[in-house]
Amino acid sequence: MDDLLGEFLAETEEQLDELDASLVRLAQCPNDAEMLRNILRVTHTIKGSCGFFELPRLAKLAHATEALLCRYQDGAPMSAPGVTVILASLQRIKEILAVLAQGGVEPNGNDDDLIQAIHGLVGYAPSPGAHDALVRQKESERGDPEVEPAPSPVHGHFDALERAWREEGAPSTAEFLSFRDQSSHAAKAIENPDHTVAEPQATTDHQASDIRIQTVRVTVDTLETLMTTVSELVLARNQLLQIASRSNVPALTAPLQQLSSVAVELQDAIIKARMQPIAHAWRKLPMLVRTLSAELGKPIEIEMFGGDQELDRQVLEAIKDPLMHMVRNAAGHGLETQQERIAAGKPEAGQICLRASQQGGSIVVEVSDDGRGLDVDVIRRRALARGLATSPELDGLDDAEVCDLIFEPGFTTVATVSEISGRGMGMDVVRCNIEAIGGTVKLASTSASGTRFFINIPLTLAITSALIVEVSNIQFAIPQVSVVELVRVGKSTGRAVETINEAAVLRLYNRLIPLLDFATQLDIRGEDWPSVNAVGGTVVIVQVGAKRFGLLVDAASQAEDIVVKPVSRLIQPVGLFSGSAILGDGSVVMIVDPSALSEAVGPMEVRQGGERTTDGVKQDENRTPLLLFRSGSRGLKAVPLSLITRLETVPTEALEFCDGRDVIQYRGGLLPIVHMNTKDANDCTDVLPVLVFADGARAAGLVVDEIVDTVEVPLSIELMPQGRGVAGSTIVRDQAVEIVDAVYYLASTFQQQESGLRSVEAKFPHALLVTDSQFLRDMLAPLLRSIGLEFTVLDPTRETLNFKDAGSRFDIVVSDVEMPSTNALDLARAIRADFTWDTVPMIGLSSQPGPGLAEVARLAGFDALVGKFDRRTLKQALANWRALREEAA
Amino acid sequence: MNPERKSPDHTIALVTVGIAGRDFGVPLSRVSHVFVPDKLSPVPLAPPEIAGLLNLRGRIVTAVDLRRRLDLPFRVGGSPMVALCVEKGGELYGLIADEAGEAISMSPSRLEPAPANLDARWTRLCAGVCRLDDGLLTVLDVDGLLDLTDFGIAA
Repeated sequence: MDDLLGEFLAETEEQLDELDASLVRLAQCPNDAEMLRNILRVTHTIKGSCGFFELPRLAKLAHATEALLCRYQDGAPMSAPGVTVILASLQRIKEILAVLAQGGVEPNGNDDDLIQAIHGLVGYAPSPGAHDALVRQKESERGDPEVEPAPSPVHGHFDALERAWREEGAPSTAEFLSFRDQSSHAAKAIENPDHTVAEPQATTDHQASDIRIQTVRVTVDTLETLMTTVSELVLARNQLLQIASRSNVPALTAPLQQLSSVAVELQDAIIKARMQPIAHAWRKLPMLVRTLSAELGKPIEIEMFGGDQELDRQVLEAIKDPLMHMVRNAAGHGLETQQERIAAGKPEAGQICLRASQQGGSIVVEVSDDGRGLDVDVIRRRALARGLATSPELDGLDDAEVCDLIFEPGFTTVATVSEISGRGMGMDVVRCNIEAIGGTVKLASTSASGTRFFINIPLTLAITSALIVEVSNIQFAIPQVSVVELVRVGKSTGRAVETINEAAVLRLYNRLIPLLDFATQLDIRGEDWPSVNAVGGTVVIVQVGAKRFGLLVDAASQAEDIVVKPVSRLIQPVGLFSGSAILGDGSVVMIVDPSALSEAVGPMEVRQGGERTTDGVKQDENRTPLLLFRSGSRGLKAVPLSLITRLETVPTEALEFCDGRDVIQYRGGLLPIVHMNTKDANDCTDVLPVLVFADGARAAGLVVDEIVDTVEVPLSIELMPQGRGVAGSTIVRDQAVEIVDAVYYLASTFQQQESGLRSVEAKFPHALLVTDSQFLRDMLAPLLRSIGLEFTVLDPTRETLNFKDAGSRFDIVVSDVEMPSTNALDLARAIRADFTWDTVPMIGLSSQPGPGLAEVARLAGFDALVGKFDRRTLKQALANWRALREEAA
Repeated sequence: MNPERKSPDHTIALVTVGIAGRDFGVPLSRVSHVFVPDKLSPVPLAPPEIAGLLNLRGRIVTAVDLRRRLDLPFRVGGSPMVALCVEKGGELYGLIADEAGEAISMSPSRLEPAPANLDARWTRLCAGVCRLDDGLLTVLDVDGLLDLTDFGIAA
């Protein structure tokens, strides 16, 4: 295809996409001048370019549309049929452009239907302004644009248009000036004195075009090349670092560090260059909802939040379709008809809501609707009919597990394939597509008041965190997102591999996990399971969809951020590998595709649900996974597993001293290290087990003596803390275990002062902890328990109000005020507005408490605002409020 | 175009490699690098011709063992090897030979089609035979070498 045409198509498509997002507004406030101008600008550019490319059909349609738009801009009131015709015309233009993009020629056919409709509207619209005259004049001058040879209409075209646009002040002249410059007609046009006058004026008039100049269109290939080059640079740096550490030349240290930071910065910048706001992926959704609303005869509204969250453009492309499908589903199946909604006491218009927020290294998109929810009985019947599960199997499933069946291949609840949804792409495809990019999708909740899905997607595909494992001296990478945990097996560890009819299984947390021998899967050698028990081995617990299985490897070394490259064409047929990557030491590894491995496990019963977070109130009192370890004294210590981001072992010599504290180089940055046991900080051992804690941008490592195990127990604090840094004691496997207060050790590295922890003998029967942060919840749980508080966690806040309305009472409310999904201040106001709640003490938690915010919080109804890491003040506040309440009583 | 620039069109440039004691020629125009592979990562389950993956300055190169590909005696572990880097379909491949010889150029008239009685497997991998002063040189067809699908033997 002609380069120029390609550029035109790309640019026009982009502009039309941009329009899409705001077009819906046109229907609501039809005379929005800004909006009209934007649409005019795009249609005008299209029309202006058609002459060059000899696209008569497009020219005719764009021309007619423009005429109508001009009418409206001149002040004619926009009618509903007018909006419909404009939208339909833009849609048609898009269709023509799509065909053009494929074949380079316009599709056959004509748009007389639309043009007739437009003429009809133009006919009765009042105010024959300058444009009207212009349009008429042009038509008479040009005659039929289809038969006229290209050059002369272009001339007439530009003359007339530029004049018109100077009057209009719309920012498009500069754009087609650039087209003109590239064309052979340009030379002639510039000779025309009219144009030489027009040009400077056009550029001064339209400063908007200056802004556009600051962005440069770069092909993805260029970015790929940059990416490759930078990873090469990082590699070279790693090698240099190794050499430097061996040769011990002090003069090298500073420049090397400089090189390191520059390389990391460069890498970040390039990753950033590939990022686009997630709004690009859902720009088309308002339009889709408008169409769906018309097709289904249901009033539907869509709201979208967090559109500025940025994602790698490759990820963006990959989530477009799944998002669209989920919105279709919500509109088609989720939302009731208008009558049903009124009968159910809901607002007439159905609500679909998309909400994006960043959580750690991924973006979470919540897709919710306020429709009728999933019908469990229908799902059961459908699953049975489709042979997805047998009747006894279904009887054994609870409702949440039944609902998960919608993600199974071949499941769809509509009997007939409709326009709206059920085009063969069911939720299984949504799940497949999202898992293909290393994301997850799950049903968060469903009830008669609505359904909510959570999609978790990585920020970037290009770089991913992977666990490096070794089999027969060959290294492989397993995407970290699929890795649940690592388990040492063998007689000596007390955890033996058992076999049932030659199928190997591992008993873990009272569940049987099927095991695969990676070497057997790779056809390297077969494992004799009994010998594993004798020699010992490492099992990587992998989760793929609902399947959980163990993969036996020789060793699992470290997690590493890898740059994913496509798998070679010659190796693709193997099927087991999803990509390849170069590790920090320069060696090449294959990236294992966990879903391909899961097929080797065979079909697994759906019941392997794993932990399902059913939303709502009661999720708390369950079992808490704990990491058991030793440090210092003889006894076992424990810390909630969910607090720990990663477990690492680092060589002792990797420990460096910098700015008054120990650090290690970790993932291209420095990780502050805290020694839990200060006595033998750099003792005889040559490797240090490190628990890595991270909260947002902050991270710190806690060095312990030995990592023992992970267990899942109901967390009950048996004894009140006796020493600092202890949150309490509990019993695990008939042994007393100290629950370590990790925050005590890490507070100083998290830049928080922690002193004079005094035990406050406060007693609150029941507290409500409002937070959507797992970290905060885990951090506060031991504290609240240790001061004798019963508590309930609510997340997210929307449920709180329902819960409140249901009549539950709490004695104190502790609420995070920085929740991405919810405005805690509104919540506080709502609570205060309720007379049964207006006397309940409310404490707000903020990571940046200051006088300003404290005042805002107080006005909203909070009684106190406390720093998130300021445990002492929080304890005090809890105690004070108890005292105050007693005084009042 | 000036006459000097034209002359390469009239000669064929080849790089010679030694594989299992025999000499082969590879069209020089296809070869971007000649390098000694370092740290070859094997790929289990891949076709036997795939020697593994290599890192060539940050790009991943799929190494194809020419001994296997040409049905010659297997390589003894630890014996020296050299890789000829070629590109096909946007991907890099390393043709693994025992040793690299020299670059030669010759008139196309000395290139003849492969003899009819050549082993069927070789016929498809052979672009022709060159008459040299001291014998015959088999010229390999790079695209044929990289097309592992043309033999039904493995399946």
